[in-house]
Amino acid sequence: MLKELAKFKGFSAKNLPKEEPFAPGHRACQGCGEVLALRLALKALGMNVIAVSATGCMEIISSPFPYTSWRVPWIHIAFENAAAVASGVEAALKALKRKGRFPKNRRVDVVAFAGDGGTADIGLQALSGALERGHDFVYICLDNEAYMNTGVQRSGCTPYGAMTTTSPPGEKSIGQMTWKKNVPAIAAAHGIPYVATATPAFFLDLMNKVKKAALVNGPAYVHIYSPCPTGWGSKGEDSIRLARLAVETRIFPLYEVIEGKYYITRKVTKPKPVEEYLKLQRRFRHLTEEHIREIQQRVDAEYERLLRLAECL
Amino acid sequence: MPKGKDTALMSWKEVPFGCYILEPGNSVKFKTGDWRSFRPVLDKEKCIKCGQCYIMCPEPAYEQDEEGYYIVNLTYCKGCGICASVCPKGAITMVIEEV
Ligand SMILES: Cc1ncc(C[n+]2csc(CCOP(=O)(O)OP(=O)(O)O)c2C)c(N)n1
Ligand code: SF4
Ligand code: SF4
Ligand code: SF4
Ligand SMILES: [Mg+2]
Repeated sequence: MLKELAKFKGFSAKNLPKEEPFAPGHRACQGCGEVLALRLALKALGMNVIAVSATGCMEIISSPFPYTSWRVPWIHIAFENAAAVASGVEAALKALKRKGRFPKNRRVDVVAFAGDGGTADIGLQALSGALERGHDFVYICLDNEAYMNTGVQRSGCTPYGAMTTTSPPGEKSIGQMTWKKNVPAIAAAHGIPYVATATPAFFLDLMNKVKKAALVNGPAYVHIYSPCPTGWGSKGEDSIRLARLAVETRIFPLYEVIEGKYYITRKVTKPKPVEEYLKLQRRFRHLTEEHIREIQQRVDAEYERLLRLAECL
Repeated sequence: MPKGKDTALMSWKEVPFGCYILEPGNSVKFKTGDWRSFRPVLDKEKCIKCGQCYIMCPEPAYEQDEEGYYIVNLTYCKGCGICASVCPKGAITMVIEEV
């Protein structure tokens, strides 16, 4: 276990921080799971943070000039460079501390937020560079499985079979034709100290992971599954139900990779059929039984692979 | 015809350098409650004060009162229904807003 984490007792329902670094009055759609994930992540981090957001839904809904929902210092940056700007902020803080222009012992966490498009696609090289350079920062990918801000285009994180405007199903297409890109594995392959997956349905797990990510020295990556009723064609009230089902069907397993070791943080011994999850969303409505079988097989195989990783290492 | 300066939030001369927003969390001035078509109504008899509604609200629109109940702030509640769907005691009912 990393020594930075040794003292961390974890949040519990009884000791939740009261502070809300993210204010209401933001313009996310009704039932947005992504803004809930963002709110919970910030609640875990507290007020001593500098946040950097790539463009995307969370930036748009939180900062229509002259309003901001951020109660902490925040920088809006381009679609592709959240990790690069966070690197710069972290390096600048270090320099200021060295020059005595910022209190040496004051702890400030630098955190980058980006969507799945901003992470798995256009921001991937900036992310890889920042992880490689070893900056002490947290990178949080808010994964709603498509480019939602610009009207639901597919990304590398869009799941197989999903309908988006650029992966339309039809006679010759099942919808998205590729399997979801495994970004947590890519992050872990950099040999960074901490990687985790989370979902707002398990809010304590999410908050603990984000806090741990901030506590470790060096880069940390947290991939948060974030239901999007607008892009998925699901009911706003079902966002938490979907976030829970994604875990219970093993579609989105919850785990940590600490210094290269995999730990499954929520073992799913009696998985629900993937169909239960798929049928609540319009983006999967066109799928046939055969497609669903194919998805089930893939999900089972991936979970087996994850179990082996957690056992072997 | 109203002029730009009458309808705009501020004139371009007042826009701060770099479009910085200098007031943290000032989106609280933007009241999202009027997006709502359903409102959550709490039955205190059933409520066990577990806080699930409060922690799962994306806005966040819940505040705790002196007695420990979580009370919705209708200034911000968008009526998504998450709180009602996560409440373990079925203490919240979504009721249509009358116009
Ligand atoms: C270089 C560049 N290309 C395209 C855009 C337009 N654009 C803004 S946000 C966005 C999609 C964001 O998707 P994602 O990162 O998944 O975030 P989400 O909106 O889904 O939260 C796109 C394509 C841009 N801002 N910059
Ligand atoms: S489009 Fe989706 S992710 Fe974006 S604000 Fe709406 S619900 Fe949230
Ligand atoms: S979730 Fe239900 S029982 Fe729990 S505090 Fe809210 S209203 Fe009360
Ligand atoms: S209906 Fe939605 S926005 Fe309103 S209080 Fe409940 S969870 Fe929050
Ligand atoms: Mg996205």
